[in-house]
Formats: sequence, structure tokens, C-alpha cells
Amino acid sequence: MQRRDFFQQVSTALLSSPPKPTGTGRGEATPATGLAKYSGNWGRAETAHLLRRTLFGFKQSELEAFSKMNVDTAVDALLNIDTNPPSPPINAYTSNGMNVDPDVPAGQTWVNAKINPVFNNLRIQSVKAWWTGLKIEDTTIREKLVLFWHNHFSTESQVINIPQFFYQNNALLRKHCMGNFKTFVKEMTIDPGMLRYLNGYLNTKTAPDENYARELQELFTLGKGKDSQYTEDDVKAAAKVLTGWRVNNVNLSSYFDSNKHDTGDKQFSSFYNNAVISGKTGAAGADETDELVNLIFLQNEVAKFICRKIYRFFLYHEIDSNVETKVIEPLADIFRNNNYEIKPVLETLFKSEHFFDTLSMACQIKSPVDFTIGFCRQFELKFPDSSDYVKQYYEWNYVQAVSAVLQQDTGDPPNVAGWPAYYQVPMFNETWINSDTLPRRMGLASLLIFTGYSRGGYLLIVDVLDFASKMPNVQDPGKLVDDLLEMLLPLAVEQSVKDILKAGLLNGQSMDYYWTDAWNAYVANNNDTANKNYCTAQLKLVISYILNLAEYQLS
Amino acid sequence: MKRRSFIKRTAPVTVLPVLINGMSFKSYANSPLLRLLGAKAELNDKVLVLVQLNGGNDGLNTVIPLDQYTNLTAARPNLILDENKVLKLKGFDQTCLHPSMTGLQNLFNNESSLNILQAVGYPSPNFSHFRATDIWATAPIASNQYVTSGWAGRYLDDSYPGFPNGYPNSEHPDPLALSIGGIVSQTFQGPSYNMGMAISDPNNFYNFVDNVSTTVPDTPAGKELAYLRLVAQQTDQYAEKIKDSYNSVKTLSTMYPASGNSLANQLKIVARLIAGGLKTKIYLVSLGGFDTHSNQVNATGGTETGAHANLWENVSVGISAFMDDCHKLGISDKVAGLVYSEFGRRIASNASLGTDHGAGGPCMVFGTQVNNTILGTNPSIPSTVNAADNVPMQNDFRAIYSSILQQWFGLTKAEAAGVLLATYNTLPIFKTTGSVEKLNDSDLMVLENYPNPFHSTTSIRFKTNGGYTQLKVYDAIGNEVKTLVDKNLGAGSHTVSFDASSFPSGNYYYHLINGNKHLNKVMVKN
Repeated sequence: MQRRDFFQQVSTALLSSPPKPTGTGRGEATPATGLAKYSGNWGRAETAHLLRRTLFGFKQSELEAFSKMNVDTAVDALLNIDTNPPSPPINAYTSNGMNVDPDVPAGQTWVNAKINPVFNNLRIQSVKAWWTGLKIEDTTIREKLVLFWHNHFSTESQVINIPQFFYQNNALLRKHCMGNFKTFVKEMTIDPGMLRYLNGYLNTKTAPDENYARELQELFTLGKGKDSQYTEDDVKAAAKVLTGWRVNNVNLSSYFDSNKHDTGDKQFSSFYNNAVISGKTGAAGADETDELVNLIFLQNEVAKFICRKIYRFFLYHEIDSNVETKVIEPLADIFRNNNYEIKPVLETLFKSEHFFDTLSMACQIKSPVDFTIGFCRQFELKFPDSSDYVKQYYEWNYVQAVSAVLQQDTGDPPNVAGWPAYYQVPMFNETWINSDTLPRRMGLASLLIFTGYSRGGYLLIVDVLDFASKMPNVQDPGKLVDDLLEMLLPLAVEQSVKDILKAGLLNGQSMDYYWTDAWNAYVANNNDTANKNYCTAQLKLVISYILNLAEYQLS
Repeated sequence: MKRRSFIKRTAPVTVLPVLINGMSFKSYANSPLLRLLGAKAELNDKVLVLVQLNGGNDGLNTVIPLDQYTNLTAARPNLILDENKVLKLKGFDQTCLHPSMTGLQNLFNNESSLNILQAVGYPSPNFSHFRATDIWATAPIASNQYVTSGWAGRYLDDSYPGFPNGYPNSEHPDPLALSIGGIVSQTFQGPSYNMGMAISDPNNFYNFVDNVSTTVPDTPAGKELAYLRLVAQQTDQYAEKIKDSYNSVKTLSTMYPASGNSLANQLKIVARLIAGGLKTKIYLVSLGGFDTHSNQVNATGGTETGAHANLWENVSVGISAFMDDCHKLGISDKVAGLVYSEFGRRIASNASLGTDHGAGGPCMVFGTQVNNTILGTNPSIPSTVNAADNVPMQNDFRAIYSSILQQWFGLTKAEAAGVLLATYNTLPIFKTTGSVEKLNDSDLMVLENYPNPFHSTTSIRFKTNGGYTQLKVYDAIGNEVKTLVDKNLGAGSHTVSFDASSFPSGNYYYHLINGNKHLNKVMVKN
């Protein structure tokens, strides 16, 4: 039998049956475990699960390194974030005599430069590119937390429309991403970007604007659950408390103008135990803002609301009564008992039995950011380095734009509620996937595997030979398939899929050594064009096949 | 197998370009609403286009009550449109359109293709975008009730039993509903599956890898995996039909702007798909930016310029071009569209040249088969408007859905009630169907109160034609505060007393319903 015919027989039998999803996949089973410290096996599956949920994808070297740790050391390392602010975004838009910025030399940061509307869009793109680069380069949970908080304290750069404030808002998310949530809320309330986004800077005693006062309660602290019973009058009272905050576009900061502040007493409803925030004159009026935040944080619901959001972002969208009792409530107690410090909550959650319960694994659909950044990290895509910052920002912008097309434009969520995938019942993260976005995801993966994306003379493409060479048993086609699947998919696939993939590496041969010989010949002599081309071509087919499986969309 | 064949199975035939400005087009194939539609769909070729305006449209600067101009000017001096620039509507000299809505004015005055519904909302309105959008999508019986399926989704789910299993099939080869834009709307959410799918460019589809695996574990991961495979399978199966429909006809209207109007671009695709023979029942297109808390109008250059003017220019041009296209493509008699927003905005403007979240606002239904009229009266604007005051509701949005289901899709009243979870009154939106009573025959309906303003008690006098009559009082925000009448009454004049001694002072609205007629008035408690 000719090899070609053999391969055809195998693959036709396996590939041509029409898809018939017969499993119900109702997912009725939810984890029964709670927050007790995980003490089970620490293997590659557990390591990979932890890395998938706390990073954007993982590199082969990270899987190796973390699998040699234990649950404590692994989680501690991931939570050990760099608290120094990263160097700010720069002018990468001036090049070849185009977009010459009178205030900022090429390669220098513009974040403290004066506002210049001509450069607003270029600078906003600069922040988005820079932020994308931070995500690709981060090796801790920091950037995933920044995305979490960006979705929580949602703002849109196109509405803020002053790039300096967009940057400051982003820096604030990073500053407090694992800090104190109460402090975070206080500072976010008077953040210039947020003041602009929700009209806080227009909220005055003569013309109260309720926008921020409403979202502060509905979206940022209390939520809209059944135990969150603030009233329309509470929204109005909170709006009065918050009157007087303004934004200074020259020194690029917010300030309190006591002349615009409503000095009357603010009466809250029985939900807030009929509290009154007494009106204050002069600079002391600003203290009412702190009092308001303190009043809201007296509600137990705040900690529960935030813990549910953390759970949905890092674990799974479904919170049944079991999860509420065994995970959310005790986690909320930890949050409150630690005066709203974020780190103890994350540490407890990521070290828990519940987190490592097999039912908690592989059940998240990757967000577009998870998908795109994860792809860059898994395959260790090579980006231009900082010496060629123009091209570097250019490529980062491409990755950001892809994520935007897949419906997650970081910096510009659809509205103040963030992305529906994080809140919309009953579909939650299934809303990322539809007949538009799923083909685009698969098309993107194929593009970057087969032909690469070429822009401005730079080719962004997966080096499949380099990627395969990192696998521990690259010469053995059966083991190579297993290792690729372990790296790329969170769920085991059936033997029939493995057979197809192995057949792909062998291109119809039945004996493993055809692959082994080809690989070894290429490694021995990188100039061996025939074997190099063979290995490249077969790896591209096999890897793209894996990326086209539905399982690749899961995390 | 040749390598080429393997590639064909594993990679797209043509690798999809990743469009930066790509638009997404969603097709809602799987919802309960679509199921109910399915049975009727065999006898009915009507198509509904939902035009969603995201952010909450300022209705008082859209459909303008000329007879309220004094009070309206006092309430929103920085936003009020020049009385001489607003657009007149034939036969309704006291109701006008925003100056940028010339296309819609033409549909009303010259093409008899526009139905305007005044003050659409629901009792106890919600002012959160989030929740209000949800209420419009899911149509719960009360605004504090949570329903997770969409109204259109329930309709399709009833009409197409068993979906998605066994779909598409020879009887139902096409997606049940389609939406343009990247996110699948909650409107099309069925009890378990969303009845919709999404595409950006009808010419770009992807050949999915066949799923070798056919079973999934009964776990959360299995649930998500099954969902992913289902989307892949359905996209694959519907792709050719969508592509063929799209490519079998060309855009015929020259009125679509070349660029800068995303709504027009979305509608352009819809027209081609309908004309190309796609049997999809419901399309959803959307335009954002209506959340005009600030700078709704330009500070200089006239209140007829600015963000709100631009938005309505886009809506008006987009719908006009679409209707023109439908005429030329020969499909205009089977297409109707509903334009709506999650809420209106306050009567009073704020100091930032904008308006805050409010309650009711106008809706429009366009198409050659609509009753070319205005349903409802100009809202009554109080002489003293407080910051929290809202336009009182006249038309319930669920009554609009119910009327569309009956008059456009041919459901019975009982079937419509099944989809909408309750019975709502029927509005004469379309000229085609059945016995719909005349609405707002205000000559027959007297509604007044004395004294007004009042201190604690006032008398409300009204005339009913007999039968079921309801009289309720709402506060300025739109919360129901008192039901005064809720029973069958004999025809003629009646008087009831309203005791407001326990209520705070301010503006109150009283709303009379008798059969399909209703009337709204404002009164002031001092």
C-alpha cells in the first residue's frame, strides 16, 4: 500500500464523519469543595491550570519551572508582582518625518506633556500598544488583575479623550491591582479619567449629575443583587456628596472646588441605616467623599459582590448556592477581616481545594485578550525590541487590534458595565463566541502559523521548529503529540484525534522513525533544507489542527 | 490524502483577513421566539429589523412637542431647538422632528411609511443602562422581575421546536435571526441557547475542522465545549446560504453614505440578505453614542448641531437609504423596522449641555405597511420641572412587541401573550391586520382634575366608553403610586378622588386606559 493511500484511508475515516454533538454538556456537576488548602497531587495538569488562570497563557519553560514547585511556592511566585510602575508609554508615532510632536521628542514619554488634541488619537494608541506589551511580557498575575479591574472600573478612552488621563487611569489600576480595595475606590472616585468618563467633573451643587453616584453603587461596590437595596434617593444623595470635584487640564490632575460643592446635609435611606452625611464647607467638603465610601463599605454586600466578580473572572461564571456558601461567603469574610486587602483573597482562592477541583478546570472560554496574548506567549512570538520602538509599538498595536476585532478592545469596553461576557446571564463568556468571532479566532491562528502577519517590513509568525524543539520528547512523534496537546489544550482529547495528529507528523508513514530521522537530520544540520522543510510543513499542519479544535478555546 | 487536502481540512481555504474596522453580523438561529415564528413562518414572509439605539435617546429633542414649548424651553434652555428649524409632520402641526431627521420626515410626509409612538416605556422604570437594556430585551412582566430569555428568543423557541438539534433542515435552511455587530443580543436569547449567530462579512466564512469527538463530559468544561462545537457546526452549515443570498443581488440604492455611517452599512447588508432570499425572520442592527450626559448639542453654532444631531442624521439617512434600497430590490412590502432605545432622558437638561437618564421616549416603526400616524399625544411638560421629572409613559413597549407579533408575524393574541408572559393591549402599528380599535380618540375621552395645583386631595373626572377601565397615578420618576380604577365601568362620566396627603409635593401623572385608548395628564401637588 502506498503511504499516501494509507494516510487517506485513516484520515478519511476519521475526518469525514459530520459533527454530531451528542453529549448534553449540561455541566450540572459543580465543585463541592471549599476554600480548604489544596493538598492533592501537584502535577503538570495542576500547574497548567494555575498558570492558565493567573497568566495569559504560558510558555513551555514556565510549565517546567512551576511544575517543580508546590502549590504554596507557585501561587506565591505568581502573586509576587512588581510594585514599581513600569516605564510609561513613549512617542513611537513620530517616524520618517511624520507626526512630528512639537512637545515630545521621538522615543520620549508624552504622559506629562501638555494636552494637544492633534495627538490625542496617536497617544491613545500609544497607551494601548504599551499596555499590550506589558501583558505579553508579564510573568506574574499583575496584568491579568489590571484587566480584571479595568473591566470592573470600566472607562472608555474615546470618552475620556485625553490620553494623559487615560494613562493615569491605567496606572491607577496597576497601582492598586493587589492593594487595598477601599483605598482603590476612593482614589478611583477622584481619578481625572473617571471624573471625565462619568461626568463627575460636571457634578455641581447647581447641576448635580448622578452618573458616577449611580455607578459607584451599582457597578463598583454593591452591585444589583437582591441584597443591594440602595434607592434612587441614595443615588441623588451620593451625587450631592460628590459635587465639587473638577479636573485641571493644565497640571493634569483633579482638584476639589468648594464653591461647586453642595454643603447641605445628605440623607440616605434605611438601606444605609438612615445615615446622614453632614454638609461641610470649604476644603473639608472633599472629606465627604471619604465618608461616602466608608458608608458604602459598611455593607456586607460589598465584599460579596467583589468576591463573586473575582470568582467569575478567575474560576467560572456559574455561582450556585453551594459555591456561594462554601466559597463566596468565607472569601468575603476574609476580604472584610483584612480591611479589604485584595491579596489575602486571591491567595486563599488560588491555594484552595475548590480552585484545583477537576470540575473547576478547563471551563472558561478564553476572552479575546486571553486568546491573543496567550497565543503570543505560548508560541513566544518574537516582537521587535525597544531599540526599534516604532516597529515594536506597531506590532503591539496589531495584537491589540486583533483583540478588538474579537470584541475586546482594551481601553474601550462597550460601556460602563464592562464586557457582557463577565456579567450577562445566562451566557457569560459564551458571548465571546459566535459565528463571527469563532472563525476569526481560528483564522488568526492559522494566519500566524502558516503565512504570518507582515506589517511595516516586519513578519510576525510562529517559529514552529523552535516551538517544537522546546518539547521534551520532540523526536518521538507519539510523545511530541502528547506534549503539544498538554501545552495547548486544557482537556484531554480522544485517541482518534491523537492518531490523526501523529499521522500528520508522519505524513502517511507507519513507522515512527521517519519523523525521528527527519527531525534528527534537521537538528544535526540546520541547512538540510529538505528535512527542515518537511518538519516545518508537518508541524504547521499538526499545530494548526490543534488550534482549530474547540478545546483550544478553553482555559 | 494529499497535503493540500489536509490543509483544506485544517486551515481556512482563504485565510481570513483580520479587519480592523470589521463589522460583525449576527444571525440568530436558535431562540424560542424563532420557534413560534417557524410554524407561522411557512405562511408569512415578513421580516423584522430591530434598530437599537444604545445609551438612552433624548426623546424630547427627537420628537418635539410644539404645544409644550414654553414649559420645555424653561426646563431645558440650553438644549431647546429653534422652533423655526424643527421639521413639520403632515397632519400633525404640533408635533415635529429634530432638524437633522429630513429622511424620516420624508418617510412620514411623502412615503406614508413611518409610525411614531409617543412616550414608550413601562411602569417603575429603571435608570441603569445595564438593567434597562435587559428589560427591553427580555420583556419581563414587571421591571423588578428578572427573566433570562429574550422576547424574540422566546418567540423563536416556540416556533422552532428542538432547536438547535436538527437545524438547519430542509424546512428551515436559514438562520432564524441575524444581528449585525459583534455581540449576540440578549433579545434573541432562548431558554438555553441563543437563537442567533454573528458574521461580519457575508463573504468571509471559515471551514471548520470536523469534530472527531462527539461526546462531552457532564461537567462545566463539557458544557462550554459543547457550546463551542455547536457554534462551529452551525456557522459552517449556515455559511453557504448566507453567502449565496448576499451575492445573488447587488445594492441598488445610491443613498447610502460612502463612509462614516455604521448603521447604514449594517442596513445595507440586511437589504441584500433579504433580497437574496434568506428566510431569516429577525435582524438586529445597532448604533451607540446616545448616552448624552454632556455636549449633546454644540455650545456654539446652534442647538441643532452637535452629538445628538449627528446621531439622528445617521439614523435618518441610514433608514432612508435602506427603504430606498428595499423599494428598488422589490422587498419593501415584507420589511418593517422598529427603532428603540433602552430609555429616554430627563425633561430638564443639566449644566453640561446634556441630559441624564430618564424614563419613556418615542419609538418608530418604519415600512410601507405601517399606519402612517402618531400613536399617543405630545407629553405634558409641567410648568415647573424638577431635576428628577420624566416624561410619563403612554405606550408600553411590550404592547409594541405584542402588536408586532400579531400584526406582522401573524400570531394570535394568546400566542403573543405566551411569548410576552402576559397580555398587553394592541396598538394599530400596521395598517394590514384585523380589528384594532382606534387609539387615542381623545374626543371621546375626557380626563381632567380639579383643583390643580392641589394641596392634599383632588378630583379626577374622566369619560369612558364602557368596559374595562384603568386609572393610575404615577410620580414624576414613573413609579406607580396609586391605582384609582381597575374594573369594568359603564359608559359615561365618572369622578374619583385622589388623596395625596401622604405623598411628597411635586408633579404627578395620571393615566387612563379604556380598551385600547389611553390618555395622560399632569397635576401638581403643592
